[in-house]
Amino acid sequence: MNYLIVGNSVAAVGAIRAIRELDQQGNITVVSREKHNVYGRPLISYLLGGLITEKRMSYLPDNFYEQNRINLLLDSEVVAVDSKGKSVKLAGGDTIPYDKLLLATGGDPFIPPIEGLTDKDRIFTFTTWDDAAKLKGISADINRAVVIGGGLIGLKAAEGLNLLNKSVTVIELADRVLSSAFDRPAGKIVARKMKANGIDVITEDTVVRIEGEGGEISGVTLKSGDFILCDTVIVAIGVRPAAAFLKGSGIEVNRGIVVDNSMATSVKDIYAAGDVAEAADFFSGQKNPMPIWPDAYIQGDVAGTAMAGGAKDYEGGLAMNSIEFFKVSTISMGVTNPLNPAEYEIHTYQDIQNYQYRKIVLQDNRLVGAVLVGNVDRAGIFAGLIREKVDMTPFKDSLLSPDFGFINLSKEIRSRLFGPQGKALLSGRAEQAVGH
Amino acid sequence: MKRIYSIEDACIGCHLCEVACITEHSLSKDPVKAFLHEPERPISRCTVEEWDGGVVSISTNCRHCDQPDCLRACISGAVQKNAQGVVMIDTEQCVGCWSCVMACPYGAIQRNLARKKANKCDLCPDRQSPACVDACPNRALVYREGSQK
Repeated sequence: MNYLIVGNSVAAVGAIRAIRELDQQGNITVVSREKHNVYGRPLISYLLGGLITEKRMSYLPDNFYEQNRINLLLDSEVVAVDSKGKSVKLAGGDTIPYDKLLLATGGDPFIPPIEGLTDKDRIFTFTTWDDAAKLKGISADINRAVVIGGGLIGLKAAEGLNLLNKSVTVIELADRVLSSAFDRPAGKIVARKMKANGIDVITEDTVVRIEGEGGEISGVTLKSGDFILCDTVIVAIGVRPAAAFLKGSGIEVNRGIVVDNSMATSVKDIYAAGDVAEAADFFSGQKNPMPIWPDAYIQGDVAGTAMAGGAKDYEGGLAMNSIEFFKVSTISMGVTNPLNPAEYEIHTYQDIQNYQYRKIVLQDNRLVGAVLVGNVDRAGIFAGLIREKVDMTPFKDSLLSPDFGFINLSKEIRSRLFGPQGKALLSGRAEQAVGH
Repeated sequence: MKRIYSIEDACIGCHLCEVACITEHSLSKDPVKAFLHEPERPISRCTVEEWDGGVVSISTNCRHCDQPDCLRACISGAVQKNAQGVVMIDTEQCVGCWSCVMACPYGAIQRNLARKKANKCDLCPDRQSPACVDACPNRALVYREGSQK
């Protein structure tokens, strides 16, 4: 069996481990357009800010590929898939045959058409190790940077540059930062922290023109007419599934590569996982691209299992992010900011001065979302309750408590999660030990 | 693999499991030194939860899952499952992003804010059975073969 995996990030790792669990013999080839072994992609802001060295970028020990007998082709881009002939074509012209193919190419940064953008030198995106390395390489020459986009990537890039003592302005089109992952109060707390650390945050505005002579940037002009002085621009509007190379392959691509609950695409023996895939959402079942790290691993695991002849059902993507901004921890998961709040039951606690916020979202007495800022301890308990669709009716009063835990749930839940199975409760020393 | 299980009806809420865990993960392995004199007191890997002043209590701990959510969520690769099945955190590699805290449905990963590192049960590699289990005066913690739940 010849397995071919296009892409070399966390979805690929999930798939490799799943394949090797079931098939120790088959050949696995991994092709990546990047030149690095698998690395912690979200760590690029830590690298930029000097919080970690290059050595710590490695997501796995270098012998991972050898141990799993992977044929690794780095710095090679797949430009076409021939699903009839069952092979892929590389940019260099070579073709690689496959029996089972996994497309895990991730996302490409979206760059909007902005006047003056194409002929300037210091325009960067911020999604790869090389992006971070390039930016860090010229950082001595950066005085003022503008970050277009106040989402997770934009804010982390801004934080990294700020840690290098650069003057940074974030420009966000929406009325607040982090509008997709967070609600208004949580976005406000983060914006407040950014400002307290010297980052300018401008909302409800956007860059219409990048100014300067030749390749050099002198500043940006905003829609409002304001002019911001800068020498470097980082475009962090968002990422799009990297599926453009599939044109003409016959594989169904909507926004991302459309997959079923085994991560199979519309074409036999071809699977997709991670940011490039468009899989079912946990709540609605509707298919959406979901660029979430843990989800990419899970999708890779499901895909690899199916490719090696096993079967695992994808439970559906649950958005979740844990991000720190200037030492304020934030965790958000599931439905955090419903469009039609009347259909939900929402509990909140906030202490903006001390960067504390807690929001719990229920629908039909089931937990569907949570936002925690500041004290994020044991946040995963909420993730478990969401996934298990536990009826929260008897437990609602305690949900906002800072030390919410299993003790606030039922004994049945506690013993199911932590108790020994079967006999221990009924006989033997456990029962004798009951002292009161 | 062997895991730690918690018997709620036998728990007396004494927190000795936490004391034993802190002691085992200290430099001196002496409780008085660990609590009073060492520069950093370790954080307990098990968490005793209590309700109504201790009428109900249970010691919660890592399940060393077969498919650990913490491992899947870890952005740096610091969380790995070793050959024995123990889910371990490489604290050198950990960047303190708390993705594992976000993902663990058992609430079994602690934040060491001073060191900015995640903290979790390692099943006490230097011992025959984990310190918390040995310390429990009413055998509310058992260490035996079983699945994660």
